[in-house]
Amino acid sequence: MSALLARIVAHRLFWPVVMLVVLLVINLVAFPGFFTISVRDGHLFGSLIDILRNGAPTLIIAVGMTLVIATRGIDLSVGAVAAISGAVACSIILGSPEPGSLATVAVAVTVALVISLVLGVWNGFLVAVIGIQPIIATLILMTAGRGVAMLITEGQILTVNSPPFKFLGSGFWFGVPIAVIIAAVVFGVAALVTRRTALGMFIESVGINPEASRQSGVRARGLLVVVYTFCAFCAAIAGLILTANTAAADANNTGLFIELDAILAVVIGGTSLAGGRYSLLGTLVGALVIQTLVTTVYTVGIPPIATMVFKAAVVTVVCLLQSPTTAEAFSGFRRRLAIRAGKGAAAS
Amino acid sequence: MNQAPPAPVVEMRDISISFPGVKALDGVDFRMFPGEVHSLMGENGAGKSTLIKALTGVYGIDAGTITLAGDRVSFSGPAQAQAAGISTVYQEVNLLPNLSVAENIMLGREPRRLGSIGWRAMRRRAAELLAGLNLDIDPGSLLGDHSLAVQQLVAIARAIDVQAKVLILDEPTSSLDADEVAELFRVIRSLKEQGVAILFVSHFLDQVYEICDRLTVLRNGKLVGEYLVDELLRIDLVQKMIGKELTTLDDLEQRARSVVVDDSDAAVFVNAAGLGRRGAINPADLPIAAGEVVGLAGLLGSGRTEFARLLGGIDRADAGELTIGGRPTKLRTPRQAIAHRIAFSSENRRDEGIVGDLTVRDNIVLALQADRGWFRPIPKKRQDELAQSYIQALNIRPGNPDALVRNLSGGNQQKVLLARWLAIAPRLLILDEPTRGIDIGAKAEIQKLVFNLAENGMSVLFISAELEEVLRLSHRIVVLRDRHVVADLENDGLTVDSLLALIADGSVESDEPVRDVAAAASVTAASVTGHTEDPTADHPAPTTADHTEGGRR
Repeated sequence: MSALLARIVAHRLFWPVVMLVVLLVINLVAFPGFFTISVRDGHLFGSLIDILRNGAPTLIIAVGMTLVIATRGIDLSVGAVAAISGAVACSIILGSPEPGSLATVAVAVTVALVISLVLGVWNGFLVAVIGIQPIIATLILMTAGRGVAMLITEGQILTVNSPPFKFLGSGFWFGVPIAVIIAAVVFGVAALVTRRTALGMFIESVGINPEASRQSGVRARGLLVVVYTFCAFCAAIAGLILTANTAAADANNTGLFIELDAILAVVIGGTSLAGGRYSLLGTLVGALVIQTLVTTVYTVGIPPIATMVFKAAVVTVVCLLQSPTTAEAFSGFRRRLAIRAGKGAAAS
Repeated sequence: MNQAPPAPVVEMRDISISFPGVKALDGVDFRMFPGEVHSLMGENGAGKSTLIKALTGVYGIDAGTITLAGDRVSFSGPAQAQAAGISTVYQEVNLLPNLSVAENIMLGREPRRLGSIGWRAMRRRAAELLAGLNLDIDPGSLLGDHSLAVQQLVAIARAIDVQAKVLILDEPTSSLDADEVAELFRVIRSLKEQGVAILFVSHFLDQVYEICDRLTVLRNGKLVGEYLVDELLRIDLVQKMIGKELTTLDDLEQRARSVVVDDSDAAVFVNAAGLGRRGAINPADLPIAAGEVVGLAGLLGSGRTEFARLLGGIDRADAGELTIGGRPTKLRTPRQAIAHRIAFSSENRRDEGIVGDLTVRDNIVLALQADRGWFRPIPKKRQDELAQSYIQALNIRPGNPDALVRNLSGGNQQKVLLARWLAIAPRLLILDEPTRGIDIGAKAEIQKLVFNLAENGMSVLFISAELEEVLRLSHRIVVLRDRHVVADLENDGLTVDSLLALIADGSVESDEPVRDVAAAASVTAASVTGHTEDPTADHPAPTTADHTEGGRR
C-alpha cells in the first residue's frame, strides 16, 4: 500500500496533477455548481467545458513547444505566428466577394497554415543551419512577426462576418466545442507520430547529447527544421481559433504572451528546459493547470489587477515542488515510508 | 640567498591528493629552479594537471608540504597563489577578446586615480610589459583582432605583471604553428634570463627537448623521477611515461593469427591515400584489409584520434583520397560513414558517445535506427531482442534494457556503445581508447570481442595508449608522432621496446610517411637495452628488421 503510494508520489506528473485537483476543488468550494455539465441546444455547457475550450489554443501551441524544448530549443515567435495566421485568414476572407462561403474559408485557412510552415522553416533554418541560439533566432520573428501582421491588416482590426470561419472558434460538433476537437487531434497526432515512429527518440537524443547523436548518424539539422516548422504550424492553428472566436484579427493582441503560457505549460508538465526527455501528457496537464488558474481567478473573485501576481504565485509553487531539492526531500520521505512498510510486514 | 646558488624556488614534498575512489597523487616530490624551464611529463591520468592545480591552489593537498622561495605556503585558492608569485597561463586563452590588450593585461588590477581607472597609466604599464617581452603590439588594440598566438603572449604578459616568480604554461603550443612557437620560445628564453622559473607542459616531445632544462615524469599519480633533459634520451623518457611490462604471453597466439591473415590475402576494404586535415593530422596513407586489426600507436596529441576521426567521417579531410570497397568516396558526415558500414566509437564516451538520459535499449538501437530513418521505426519487439542479445553477449550490467545509461558504470557504458556500433553490422569498426577508464574485467571482455570480430571478417582500427594492448590485438601497427605517420609495420616480432623507439624517435624527413623504418627501429631499440637499467636487458633484442620489410602492400 505504502509502496504504491511512494510510487505515485515519485511519478513526475504527481505534483502537476495535485495542483490541478487543488485548483478544481477551490473552484468547487467557491462555486458549488462548478462541475455541472449541462446540455443546451445539443451542446455541452459548463465551467469544465469552458476550461477545455479556452485552454485549447494554449494546449495546441504547448504541444509544438514541447518538442522544440525537448531539442534544447525554445520558440518565442509562436504568438506572432498566431497573429500572422489570423491576419492572413481574415484579410483573405474580407477581400473575397463571398466571405460566408465554405470555399473562401477553406482557402483562407489553407493559405494561413502554409505561410506558418514557411515561418517555421525560417526559424528552423536560423537555428539548425545558421546556428543562432534558439532564443535569439525566434526572438527575431517574435518582434518582426507582429509588424508583418500589422502590414497585413494595415493597422486595422479586421472584423469578419463569416459563419464558417466563426464556427472554427465557437462551433460545436456532436456537442463538443470544435476548438477542443482540434486540440485533441493535434495532441493525438503529435503523440502518435513521435512515439510510433523514431522521431521522439531522435528528438530526445538530440536534446540530450547533440554531438553523440550526430556521430550516431542522426540528421539533427533536418530534425530541428521539422520540429520548428511543426511548432509554427501549431501556432497558426491556435491563431486561427483565437481569431475565429472573436471573429476579428488584431495584429497587436492575438496570441499576446501566449508563448509564455505555452512554455509554462511545458515546464509544469515536467519537461526540462535543458532539453531531453519530454512528456506530452505532462504538457496537457500543464495547459489545463494554466487555464484552470485563469478560470479560478474569476470564480474566486480575485481582482483582475491581481491576476498576474496570483498566476505567478501558483507557478512558483509548482516549480518549487518539482525542484530537485524537493524531490530529494521526498525521496527521504519515501524511504521512511518503505521502512515503515517493511516493519509493518515484519510485525504481522 | 646565502645558500648554495641553485636553491629551488618551488619545492613540493610528498604531495598526496585523493578524489573519491582515486588516488590522484601519491607521495610526489617536485622542484623548480629559478631561471630554468621545467617540463612535467606523463600520459593521460598521470597526475600532471592535479599537481599543477595543487601548486596553484585550485586543489587542497591531503598530505605533504609546499615551499615557495624558502617559506612554507598553503594556498586556499588561485588568487592567493598568484599573489605569492605563481602565475598560470592555461591552454585555452581565457582572456576577454572584446577588450583592449591593455585592459586584458591589467584586468582586476587597473591603476586607480581618484577612484576611477587611470587609463593613461594603464596603457603605459601595459606597453612597458609588452616591450619587456619584445612584443610590438598596440596596447589599445582589441585582443580579439590578434591571432591566437599573440593572445597567448598577451596572457603571458598578464601573468608576469604580477611579479611572477613562477610561470606555468599549460599546453601553450597546442594551437600554434611553427613560427608562432618560435616566437613563444623567444619570450620564454628572455623570461628565463630574468630568473623566472617556468613550467612548460606539452605533448610535443620536440618542443620539450628544445626549450626545457629539466623534467619530471609522473605515471599513475606517482613520481617516476626528475631528470636533466640533456641526460635523458627520448626513448627512455617515453618508456618512463608509458611504463613497461613486456608481455610474452600472447606471442604464440599472435604469430598464429598473423599467419592466418597473410594466407587469406584479404582485399583492402578501406584505403586512405594522403588523407589529412590541416592542424589535425598531416597527410598519411592507411590501407585496411577486411578482417584486419590495425593498431594506431602514438602519444596523446600525436594525431592518432584526429586520423581516426577522418576515417569515421566525424571531421572532414581537406587533403587526400579515401577509397571504400574499391570506390573513391568522400565522407562528409558520420551518417555517410555509417551508410558505408564504418563505425567510429569516440574516446570521449560522455560527450560524444552515450546519450545519458536515454535507456540502454534506445542507446543500442540509436545508430541503426538513424540509418533506417525516423519513418521506419524498428518494431518494439525487435528492439527488445536486439537489446537483450547484446546485453547477454557483452555481459552488460545491470541487464535491464530500461535502465538509463548514465546510471551505468564506465565499463558498461562502453559496452552499450559497442553494442550500438555492432548493431549496424559494421565492416570497419574504429575503436578510440575503448578500454580507457574501465576495470580490468571489462577490458579483457572488450579485447576478446575485438579478436572474435576480426576473425569473422570485420576490420578494426584500434587506438589505445596502452602499447601492450595494441600489440596483443593488432595484426598491423601504425605509429604516429607529432601529427605524422612515422611507421606502418606488421605486428610480427614487434615488442613494446621497438614501438617505444618509433614513438620517441621515428623522425620525419619529408611529408612522406616513412614506411621502412625497421633498420632505424632496431638500432634505437638496441641502444635502449644498453641504456636502461630495467631487468629486460637480457631479453633478446628485438629483431624487427627481419619482419618489417616496408609494412604491408
